[in-house]
Amino acid sequence: MLNYIFKRFLSLIISLAVASLVIFFVIEVAPGDPAQFMLGINAQPDTVAALRTELGLDVPKWQRYLGWVAGLVTGDFGTSYTYRTPISTMIADRLWVSLPLAIYALTLSTVIAFPAGIYAAARRGKGGDMAVMGATQLGVAVPNFWFAMMMVLIFAINLRWFSAGGFAGWDKGFWTGIHSLTLPAVSLALPQAAILARVMRSALLDILGEDFMRTARAKGLTRRQALWRHGVRNALIPVLTIIGLQFSFLLAGSIIIEQVFYLPGLGRLVFQAISSRDLIVVESVVMLLVFAVITVNFLVDLAYAAVDPRLRSRT
Amino acid sequence: MSLLQIDNLSMDIVNTSILRDVTLTVDPGEIVAVTGESGSGKSMTAFSVMQLLPESVKTSGSIYLDGKDLLQATEAEMCRLRGNTVGMVFQEPMTALNPVKTIGDQVTETILIHKAMSPADAKTRAREVLDRVGLPADRFPLSRYPHELSGGQRQRVVIAMAIALRPKLLIADEPTTALDVTTQAQILDLLKGLVEDFGMGLLMITHDLAVVADMADRIVVMRRGEVVERGPTRSLLAQMKHPYTRQLFEASGHQVDLPPRPEPKPLLEVKDVVRDYRLPRTRPFAPHGHFRAVKGVSFELHRGERLGLVGESGCGKSTLTRALLGLEPIQGGSITLDGEPVFSGTKPNLAVRRKMQVVFQDPFGSFNPRHRVDRLITEPFFLLDEPPTGKAREAAIGEALEAVGLAAPDASKYIHEFSGGQRQRIAIARALIIRPELILFDEAVSALDVSVRAQILDLLADLCRAYDLSYLFISHDLSVVRTVTDRVLVMKSGEIVEQGETEEVFSNPRHPYTRTLIDAAPVLPDLDALGRSLTDA
Repeated sequence: MLNYIFKRFLSLIISLAVASLVIFFVIEVAPGDPAQFMLGINAQPDTVAALRTELGLDVPKWQRYLGWVAGLVTGDFGTSYTYRTPISTMIADRLWVSLPLAIYALTLSTVIAFPAGIYAAARRGKGGDMAVMGATQLGVAVPNFWFAMMMVLIFAINLRWFSAGGFAGWDKGFWTGIHSLTLPAVSLALPQAAILARVMRSALLDILGEDFMRTARAKGLTRRQALWRHGVRNALIPVLTIIGLQFSFLLAGSIIIEQVFYLPGLGRLVFQAISSRDLIVVESVVMLLVFAVITVNFLVDLAYAAVDPRLRSRT
Repeated sequence: MSLLQIDNLSMDIVNTSILRDVTLTVDPGEIVAVTGESGSGKSMTAFSVMQLLPESVKTSGSIYLDGKDLLQATEAEMCRLRGNTVGMVFQEPMTALNPVKTIGDQVTETILIHKAMSPADAKTRAREVLDRVGLPADRFPLSRYPHELSGGQRQRVVIAMAIALRPKLLIADEPTTALDVTTQAQILDLLKGLVEDFGMGLLMITHDLAVVADMADRIVVMRRGEVVERGPTRSLLAQMKHPYTRQLFEASGHQVDLPPRPEPKPLLEVKDVVRDYRLPRTRPFAPHGHFRAVKGVSFELHRGERLGLVGESGCGKSTLTRALLGLEPIQGGSITLDGEPVFSGTKPNLAVRRKMQVVFQDPFGSFNPRHRVDRLITEPFFLLDEPPTGKAREAAIGEALEAVGLAAPDASKYIHEFSGGQRQRIAIARALIIRPELILFDEAVSALDVSVRAQILDLLADLCRAYDLSYLFISHDLSVVRTVTDRVLVMKSGEIVEQGETEEVFSNPRHPYTRTLIDAAPVLPDLDALGRSLTDA
């Protein structure tokens, strides 16, 4: 087991190193002079030269790479060119919105998807299954911003249970924060829940056809007992894979929802940074997202091993 | 009234009749074997006792277990009976256990689900039954997972689960079909012992007459959903009133007539072949371990010779087959066909590969279901520099299909339109179509019913006469190898422990392992002796 963890950890470190190299060289080196690119074609030569010095572009590339990595490790991401503020603070502020939002949405999606998927699998081909499958079809097909707009219409404008947008901040209390993230989280969670429920259902249906489910029934377990005791845990592997992928998506991919609800999240930060050609910010956020994705994958790998003893003993 | 009494059981699935008027009984302490070929309804009979049937099934008649009519029982009542009054053992031990739960949990579950004991007592009982089925505590603690056990050991766990609550009736559905002969003998012994110790009734489903001949008290022969003959084992086998019983019996021991082989002239030469597999590291940065699956194997196969290769699962025969075909590199020794290596440098030698073809075990899995037969059987043409096209290709397809007893128009059909036996014929046609000098049969008849198997073996003998085939016949089934080969190799733990003329090796085995194998293999009783002993009695 320790060997397994060590191996996964090693692969995490290697992935991070490779990712940082790729990001650094693609963004800084490949398209020519970043300073020229950031200032546009009509910039004065002396302005470009000044920016080059400011960005530290006049030192060798490998030195800049090492400096950048050292900065990342110590939390010093550099200074934003457009905002003239430390990037680490900018990212930290945004992360306090995006990370809770992603976790909130993922929790909701799991809480909706598991019972729905299990219920549908247990009633395969019957009314309940068809209803769940129809609903998930809708959830997959309808874009999340449409859900968002509908929810604003119903819950914010008509019922006035939630505010239509903006983030109240965590300093007014945990529940106030959660309250203002609820509508965005629900609209993010619905399509993800639809996908996850379908995966759960089909994984479980595969397991229901396995020989050991018949063995369980022959021992005297009812259909439901067999499903819960022997089915669900075996069906978790593909479900965990999807959950891992969804978390990564939710962390960075919520830009449209952030836009609809006026949330100061990571997605909007990247969007603004790209529009204003603030390459250092883009680079840092991308690296952070890569870090998040790789770490989540690592955690998913550990979860696999917790679920399946065959992975634990495979050294 | 008997322990189990099935009367006039009929079963339909959407207008297809599965069982018709099946009647049979099992008494306490009695072993009743239900035998027949696939599609005879023997397994459905077993599952109808458990009431574990597809929902679309309609049944009529009655099944009384211990005085209770199961066809009238509610699902809740059935759940109380299953595992408690009636236990069941299945065919495929590799998949019958939940891979993510320990064997201890799975055995105790039978006890706890029926609330028969406290969790602590259930654990003690689980330990007892595991000991009883031959899995002692020191080597098989309750914390073991199924993937850490072999097929035979897993089957013992399944049996332990089935008998944990001392059921009155045990149903075993082909319990040894997936196991090696020596393991099979042990499992059969275990089942017999359990019946004696606990006075259980045992309803055993099997396709293999030889397995039950010296074990069952009574035999029920089924065909196409009907019971065709029943009776005490010895008198049933001695008399065999129904022609189908006789047909089954003859097919099980079917002998073929091989043409004489030509003068020895080496075709395939295998010298000191070694095949290592790299094992995963035991700890980070440790050197890789190696597992030697084939340990210096040498033999020769002559032109026109039929060579057999027998051994139990894990002995390295499949590994050796893959090496012979040039599918994997070897780590030592040499394999040459007609003096040319099958594997040159880092890739298979195509010039040699086109002289060899292979027929695999599974007639259902070894064809692409989306291709028509003509495309399937002409696949070996890819090995040729100038494959025949147009008329010549059609002629080759027609000839190959006719050689294996099918018709040329079958070429435009899809594989799902054929039965298992016909598919195996198509597999042979695919091997024959480029007229290979050597064919490898890897358990090629193991998945077939006895009567179909007999036909395929006859086909092989016919092809030997027509095409002077040379083949290597790999099988765990000794009776088949005995009839279709001239010479035989016995393999154990990666080594060839004995080789010689087939008849000589079988009637006068020298190596103790060969003797064990032959002793463990179930044999059909000698009918004359059986008849005499009955008259004497």
